[in-house]
Amino acid sequence: MGTHSITLPDVGEGVAEAELVEWHVKPGDQVRHDDILAAVMTDKATVEIPSSVDGTVLELGAEIGETIAVGAELVRLEVEGSVAGTGKNDGTTAHQPRASADQKAGDRKRAGNNAAQAASHTSLSHARRSASQARRGKPLASPAVRRRALEAGVDLRLVAGSGPAARITQEDLDAHLDAQVRQDGNRRTYRNAETTEIKVAGLRRRIAERMASANARIPHITIVEEVDASDLLNLRNKLNDAHGEARGKLTMLPFIMTAIVRAVSKQPELNAHYDDENELIRQFGAVHIGIATQTPPGLAVPVVRHAGSLDLWQGAAEINRLAAATRDGSAGRDELTGSTITITSLGALGAIATTPIINAPEVAIVGVNKVQVRAAWDGSRFQPRQMMNLSCSFDHRVIDGWDAAVFVKALKDLLETPAVLFLERDQ
Amino acid sequence: MNDIECRLLVIGAGPGGYACAIRAGQLGIDTVVVESRAAGGTCLNIGCIPSKALIHAADVFHGIGAGKRMGISTKDASIDMARTVAWKDAIVSRLTTGVEGLLKKAGVRVINGRATFLDGKTVAVSVDEGDTNRIVAEAVVVATGSAPADLPALPFGGKVISSEQALSLQQVPKRLAVIGGGYIGIEIGTAYAKLGSQVTVIEAAERILPQYDRELTGPVERKLRDLGVELKTRTVVRDAAKNGKVLELDDGSNLDTDLTLVTVGRKPALEGCGLEELDLRKNGPYLAVDAQCRTSMRGVYAVGDVTGEPMLAHRAIAQGVMVAQIVAGQRREWSQLCIPTICFSDPEIVSVGMNQVQAETDGRKVVTGKFPLAANGRSLTLDRDDGFVRVMASAEDHVVLGIDAVGAGVSEMSSQFALAIEMGATLADIEGTIHAHPTLGEAFHEASLAAMGNPLHM
Repeated sequence: MGTHSITLPDVGEGVAEAELVEWHVKPGDQVRHDDILAAVMTDKATVEIPSSVDGTVLELGAEIGETIAVGAELVRLEVEGSVAGTGKNDGTTAHQPRASADQKAGDRKRAGNNAAQAASHTSLSHARRSASQARRGKPLASPAVRRRALEAGVDLRLVAGSGPAARITQEDLDAHLDAQVRQDGNRRTYRNAETTEIKVAGLRRRIAERMASANARIPHITIVEEVDASDLLNLRNKLNDAHGEARGKLTMLPFIMTAIVRAVSKQPELNAHYDDENELIRQFGAVHIGIATQTPPGLAVPVVRHAGSLDLWQGAAEINRLAAATRDGSAGRDELTGSTITITSLGALGAIATTPIINAPEVAIVGVNKVQVRAAWDGSRFQPRQMMNLSCSFDHRVIDGWDAAVFVKALKDLLETPAVLFLERDQ
Repeated sequence: MNDIECRLLVIGAGPGGYACAIRAGQLGIDTVVVESRAAGGTCLNIGCIPSKALIHAADVFHGIGAGKRMGISTKDASIDMARTVAWKDAIVSRLTTGVEGLLKKAGVRVINGRATFLDGKTVAVSVDEGDTNRIVAEAVVVATGSAPADLPALPFGGKVISSEQALSLQQVPKRLAVIGGGYIGIEIGTAYAKLGSQVTVIEAAERILPQYDRELTGPVERKLRDLGVELKTRTVVRDAAKNGKVLELDDGSNLDTDLTLVTVGRKPALEGCGLEELDLRKNGPYLAVDAQCRTSMRGVYAVGDVTGEPMLAHRAIAQGVMVAQIVAGQRREWSQLCIPTICFSDPEIVSVGMNQVQAETDGRKVVTGKFPLAANGRSLTLDRDDGFVRVMASAEDHVVLGIDAVGAGVSEMSSQFALAIEMGATLADIEGTIHAHPTLGEAFHEASLAAMGNPLHM
């Protein structure tokens, strides 16, 4: 008795591999010459693979759905005697490797296709899964190849080795990576299997903790209101034209700060801290406005202290000074703490609406969205107006929706009619 | 109480710990290493290095007598053990100073003291009297090593010594009993036999060096007998009397001795450093680690002997370097196919890769080739003709799976054996490589040819 391997024959021009779609036999079955063993599917057709000998099926070489290469072992059969020129017996002799290579070449010829020997040689060597590799579980590759595969996120078990005993060379790994590129549809990108772990530390960790705590503890209510900022922008532009050179340019922020100062003077409950652990609300006479500022390591909130005592240009200068100090890291602790209410503005990135997270323990945050020309109905027709939304969040535990709405309405009125901003002690 | 913060804290400056710390420092990681003794761990201070020094001294002393066949004779050869030990200590101190220098050069902070875990990322280190440093780290590597295991019937002390004391004896004992015929007992026992001690090895198993197959241990047993070493296998010491000078054996006999060396294995050093509190997952008595040496606690790694067998310095070094690279953000995992093991017995035994039993368990068909050193020219010029090189490869594709050798000086071949296996060499690769003449390495070439069925010099 001996064993005989039937390999996947060359099933058509240029086909290096095929998908196994059906088994007609199972281990233990008797097969006769020309019995159909299996069906494989190429991109062109389904091909049935017949047995070239009589024998008993010992082992199936692949599972349904698996892609097998031309020349790879399909079925191992137990056969009577030793089959001349094809099967060596169980392969314990030292010269086995060369003999089995000859045998595979023979099978290929018998399959009736005359693919060029040189061309099919490549697929044959790729197909030959090393016995050592299969059982060892670890593919045969040098430490340098293993390292490179690990770094590229390649599972070496999926790489065809061209070296002796299917050893995987650097070139095989190159070929595998190139093939991945092609599979990904000529996008010329590798499948990036990298996972980068970034330690959350320092400022990022503090931001994370504060945000998580604020979001978890505070039931936010967010109100989005539309503001016609046309008049405000006109005023600002006129002031900049008149005083820009001498006093510096104004942005929208000093106006919004002024509006907040005016609004909270009527609603002091919004210029407050809620100390939820002690169930205490602290209302403040001073309005210290936090300005959410993006810095390279992350979000910081420098504080414009006593915003009510600053005029527009002083306010603007203070915002600029604090932003610069915060970004270059020179801002001190007292410049970064103690705000009683906060403005968050992303400028041109400000979107249409946002849902700001409250800078705890404050109870209100004013989000400023971008200014955009939108059509507004003036009662008789649409007018192009400079529109800007405010997205304000409130701590709903201590601020009722009514009060929040009143506050937002006050900001809207102040900003839409900027003259009112500068009336002393308005009624 | 001083607080120290760092990115990587390494506990233990043995091969695993110092290699990890040096590499981490080189990779720019802020690293602290804590060690209660001299840098270098068991290996440099009381293990590999001092034992090899002792073995070499014993070989030189013994070789004086063996030189007669070459026409060399001397009168009144003698050994002054105190000076031998001083010479050994000088080697040790040169190496430990070297390690300390490398740590410093890599920018690693070394703190002398005993570390106690407060939590998984914080340890207290007691330095001097009463003063304590607290170290907080983002990642911690446990590299606390191992210590000799003792026998309940023969606790260390007095005339019962461990390998550590055996490497610093001021006199050659007249009679030395070695309990445990593993590689440590055989190495030290052989050295003292060559230095003139009457050595008896007591081993519970049926033969010495039971981790190697009979073919490999045969030449060692023969040489031990030539040296006059008595091998009592399948024998257990029941008790000791007279301060360890009389051993009561389970066959009913008594063995008189001057000194008893107990080498019955090593146990991981996990006690007394607060590790119990962390409740890390264990693998038997050892810390369980994955392919990246991660323990069951995030950010806590373990390398070296605490992670189990084989307890070898070169394994610990490889693990330590890998962990440093992982902490530095590189992608690494243990992918080595083999860890060479060497017994510096006489003759030496080297074993790399799979052995026959493992191959059989794995259901592999293998071919094996063996070449005797008696047919190797270089071996004969070294006045030795015992031993062989044996190569085992997969029958189907001739991939080299395991290489063993026994012979004087074969330890130096361990790296070429390991290289062949890691590179996935086939027998044809060895065949096609020119091996220089006259060297012991030719025996590797010949054994490979033999495995292919066509040896040249046999």
